[in-house]
Amino acid sequence: MQTDPATLVDPKSKITVRNLNFFYGKFHALKGIDLDIPHNRVTAFIGPSGCGKSTLLRVFNRMFELYPEQRAEGEVLLDGENLLTSKQDVALLRAKVGMVFQKPTPFPMSIFDNIAFGIKLFEKLSSADMEDRVEWALRKAALWDEVKDKLRQSGSSLSGGQQQRLCIARGIAIKPEVILLDEPCSALDPISTAKIEELIVELKQDYTVVIVTHNMQQAARCSDYTAYMYLGDLIEFGSTEQLFFKPNRKETEDYITGRFG
Amino acid sequence: MSAQDELRRVAFRRRKRVNTVALTLSLAAMAFGLFWLFWILWETLRLGWSGLTWSALSQMTPSPNEAGGIANAIYGSVLMVGLATFVGTPIGIMAGIYLAEYDPKGWLAEVTRFVNDILLSAPSIVIGLFVYAVVVAKFKSFSGWAGVMALALIVIPVVIRTTENMLQLVPAAMREAAYALGTPKRKVILLITLRAARAGVVTGVLLAVARISGETAPLLFTALNNQFWTSSLSEPMASLPVTIFKFAMSPYENWQQLAWAGVLLITITVLALNILARVLTRHKS
Repeated sequence: MQTDPATLVDPKSKITVRNLNFFYGKFHALKGIDLDIPHNRVTAFIGPSGCGKSTLLRVFNRMFELYPEQRAEGEVLLDGENLLTSKQDVALLRAKVGMVFQKPTPFPMSIFDNIAFGIKLFEKLSSADMEDRVEWALRKAALWDEVKDKLRQSGSSLSGGQQQRLCIARGIAIKPEVILLDEPCSALDPISTAKIEELIVELKQDYTVVIVTHNMQQAARCSDYTAYMYLGDLIEFGSTEQLFFKPNRKETEDYITGRFG
Repeated sequence: MSAQDELRRVAFRRRKRVNTVALTLSLAAMAFGLFWLFWILWETLRLGWSGLTWSALSQMTPSPNEAGGIANAIYGSVLMVGLATFVGTPIGIMAGIYLAEYDPKGWLAEVTRFVNDILLSAPSIVIGLFVYAVVVAKFKSFSGWAGVMALALIVIPVVIRTTENMLQLVPAAMREAAYALGTPKRKVILLITLRAARAGVVTGVLLAVARISGETAPLLFTALNNQFWTSSLSEPMASLPVTIFKFAMSPYENWQQLAWAGVLLITITVLALNILARVLTRHKS
């Protein structure tokens, strides 16, 4: 449970969502979402399957644009600029807003190249600088000690938990400002999950973190703020402590106490 | 035992009998298929082995009842197969990339797939005659280039189909992970997706090569044949399949021997290519 003093001070909003509507074809998946994602904190999205939490997450880095039948309407302000209508190249947005997916997907190359891949897209580093950055990213993801002797081995030679940390390192290496985690631990065993949860708490020092999780206890463990969603609506948003101990809405309380799932 | 137990036992015994019959039939079918395969390989080895001498590989096709070899045929085959692959592979891979990665459901993709499927199953003799009409008749000469063109037209549909299929097997999650880093589309395709599918794509190319190594009909009307050595592709060019065709049908003993040597050579090549293709795809796991 997050009760450190830093969270008591109201942080400024990194991402401001105003009246966001999202459609899969004709299906209205997100209905008029209004939300502020606080800067340098961990925000969790919880809710039953199909409530729209992953959909909302994938708006933040415009992932939905890969699929023509999906569209978003409304305002999503990242540092004041609406990322939905911005003329800026979407690749630059995605360099600022990184994402880690549910299933770890190492690229078909060595561990070193996996990390270096993203860096090479935007920066020209000397090989010494590149090695330093790769090491830095792997240390941040708590993976360095386990892979430092086998950087040239294929990424898929790692275990599931290690692969996921590799994906996190890959995302951190390009120095984003926001990190989006879409159910990052659901495919992992409890020990790997614990390591990653520790990592998430550390990451908020430097990044704004948003995590989608179907595991309420995980949200309670790692996050500072929690948003509860149901069938495309944002039911309640507040500090994790408040939402879990004294939810304002009955629907929230029903979900938290397991009256339905 | 109860009546229920008895019923179950009867049913189980019956299932066991049916299982044994089915298993026996399957094994028999497999044995039947393998029998013919091994017989073909055995005959090829038996009849061709003695002909695969050093002189057979180094001398040119002789007149009937003279000493000689099939060196010019081997050279012609290697050259034309090599060039056809060199020309056909990039075209095939790029088309396969278009079909799998750019607008897979669009009308152009659907039309391309349809036409490709037709070309894929077109009899090779039809392709040979097409090239004859378009190239050979026009320039009034048989040539190695026409042969290359005919073979390339066989390579392209095969490579398109396998490339598209292999790219489709790459999980969407991997592409999304690349996009999420800010990778532009062409780099996602070239550096991630194609790389993930490379073993399968290479296999497709190898299988295409194996296929055209033995094609005779398309070469009959395009490269024809040549008794003598030529390194110029604008002239008729010898090739293994056509030479085999000519020699095997003849009544001359030495020609027939050389034909078998050629058959053995092609068989070994195709076998090696298939094994290589398997090794490449096995290695991934």
